[in-house]
Amino acid sequence: MKRKSIFQRMAAAPHIVWMVMFIVAPMLFVLYFAFTDEKGRFTFDNILSLSGYSNVFILSIAFALIATVICLLIGYPLAYFMSKASPRTRKLLMVLIMLPMWCNLLIRTYALMALLDNGGLLNALLAKLGLGKLYIVGSDFGVILGMVYDFLPYMVLPIFTTMTKLDKRYIEAAADLGCNSWQTMTKVIMPLTVSGVISGVTMVFVPSISTFYISQKLGAGKIDLVGDTIERLFKNTSTYNVGAAVSLVMMVLIIISVGIMNKFSDDDGGIIV
Amino acid sequence: MENNAEIIIRLQNVVKSYDGEQILKSINLDIRDKEFITLLGPSGCGKTTTLRIIGGFETPDDGHVYFDGKDVKDVPPYERPVNTVFQKYALFPHLNVYENIAFGPRLRKMDKKELHEKVLKMLEVVNLKGFERRKVTTLSGGQQQRVAIARALINEPRVLLLDEPLGALDLKLRKDMQMELKNIQQRTGITFVYVTHDQEEALSMSDTVVVMDNGEIQQIGSPQDIYNEPENAFVADFIGESNIVDGVMLDDYLVSFSGKKFRCLDNGFEKNEPVDVVVRPEDVDVVSVERGMLTGVVTSVTFKGVHYEIIVDIGGFKWMIQTTDYVENGASIGLYIEPDAIHVMKKSEFSGMFGDYSTFSEEMEHMSDPTFDPDSEDEEEDVSEESEE
Repeated sequence: MKRKSIFQRMAAAPHIVWMVMFIVAPMLFVLYFAFTDEKGRFTFDNILSLSGYSNVFILSIAFALIATVICLLIGYPLAYFMSKASPRTRKLLMVLIMLPMWCNLLIRTYALMALLDNGGLLNALLAKLGLGKLYIVGSDFGVILGMVYDFLPYMVLPIFTTMTKLDKRYIEAAADLGCNSWQTMTKVIMPLTVSGVISGVTMVFVPSISTFYISQKLGAGKIDLVGDTIERLFKNTSTYNVGAAVSLVMMVLIIISVGIMNKFSDDDGGIIV
Repeated sequence: MENNAEIIIRLQNVVKSYDGEQILKSINLDIRDKEFITLLGPSGCGKTTTLRIIGGFETPDDGHVYFDGKDVKDVPPYERPVNTVFQKYALFPHLNVYENIAFGPRLRKMDKKELHEKVLKMLEVVNLKGFERRKVTTLSGGQQQRVAIARALINEPRVLLLDEPLGALDLKLRKDMQMELKNIQQRTGITFVYVTHDQEEALSMSDTVVVMDNGEIQQIGSPQDIYNEPENAFVADFIGESNIVDGVMLDDYLVSFSGKKFRCLDNGFEKNEPVDVVVRPEDVDVVSVERGMLTGVVTSVTFKGVHYEIIVDIGGFKWMIQTTDYVENGASIGLYIEPDAIHVMKKSEFSGMFGDYSTFSEEMEHMSDPTFDPDSEDEEEDVSEESEE
């Protein structure tokens, strides 16, 4: 193997320093706090107290899963449609999908609140039409809607990329061998775009499971997810260590789910996370 | 050859344009049962487009395609009794060799046991026994090629379409695969429609050769017909090597060119009609100047193994001659041409474009001509190098 020159190693140095300072060190802090008490003594108490939070974990996983599935159900056909569309339509759709991403997540969530709130635009419209109110904010549906709304682009884009890279000849070969359009979709296009789906699922599932502002804003404080729990625990110095333990579990959960995803993807893998 | 065989595909006045450029100008073609038919031509001539129209991947702008006498305008590819071997095979990368071959029959819900037997039989036909579980991405070009053929043949199509299937293989393997394809065709009795730009391949494999250029069929015939009786200067030049000179048909069986009169085997022309005369390089005998019907000066000698290829300047026109006798560069020699070595053709749009061996390619001439503009739509630039879709 060729030895790296001193310049090559120096070029990587800032990145390594950055990683150590902002990624490795905080993780070590989490680990440290998770296994110590307020006075800095080693303890398993924080970990043992986690059983009280199992409901929160289950709820978070369920919400993230539902949001991911909905994103996939909307995102996959949308990506397919985009890949088939004329260059003009494709560009337009691309801008429509990208545009919200240029805006801060928190602001987007507030915008959604303004639309869906009990006194918001939607309900004002419904009232005008003489229809009843829809209490979306504060409901499970509202939170999942927020997740789907915020993270849908992360599902569409990787799938769209693999679709456009898909060689047209495979589709022709499928038709040649007797596939109708539906069979072409299920037997050729879907299997060949799995890597995009895996990227998309990972990129939606991970932020969904760790979100706290979406559940705070659109759940109106009624829905408590892992993210909210961690935030609350960290805000109080006396529960700092328990918060670290919960964070640790969530990190492990995310690593496991990314690992499972990687197992599904081929060697070429499209994982961006 | 099998001119009485039933016509299974008929193209009638098929026209196709892309972005205002006419790719096919009124193609008429009959494809007969159990025939090995080759569409031959330079890139951009429309041969692949013709194949794709038969396969149903393109729809003609005008004209009709008939399968067994029925118009197939609204029949999608998956309902046509044809299968295709694609240019770069298009094997499904997510399936192994077995599943690729089983793809078609599985769609038709073939019984598992029957399917298994058929796949194994197909693997035997293409000499890939024992490769069932291999990933297609780990196969060599020649192996992928065979899988592609097996995947198409297992469906027992009436017609197999092959789009330059040997293009990506090296020379020796190509020759082996040519033999193998011909064998498979004869064994299975399936009609093969084969697209290639390689004239040697076309001549050695086909029952019928269709020579195309500029979106038009230039000639249809057996390999022997195409080689011995080319219809025009394009065909004569594209198939093998030819010296093509201007001549005048003085009378039946008498033609004059290069300032001399020659006996020939052609008749049926007007008296004194200007014609193109083709003489194949291997049909000319090199003799002494005294005995020669034509005389000229050797300007180059190239050793080709089997023979020498010499270029002879006869009155300013460069002839190519293939001879097994060595001649000295710069020597004056005589040429003797038998009547059956002369082929007379009617004048065509291609007259004067081919057949002089000052250079082998037009591009070579253009390279040393500073006034030549490759972008201008020169009349000479008819054999353009546009890539085909």
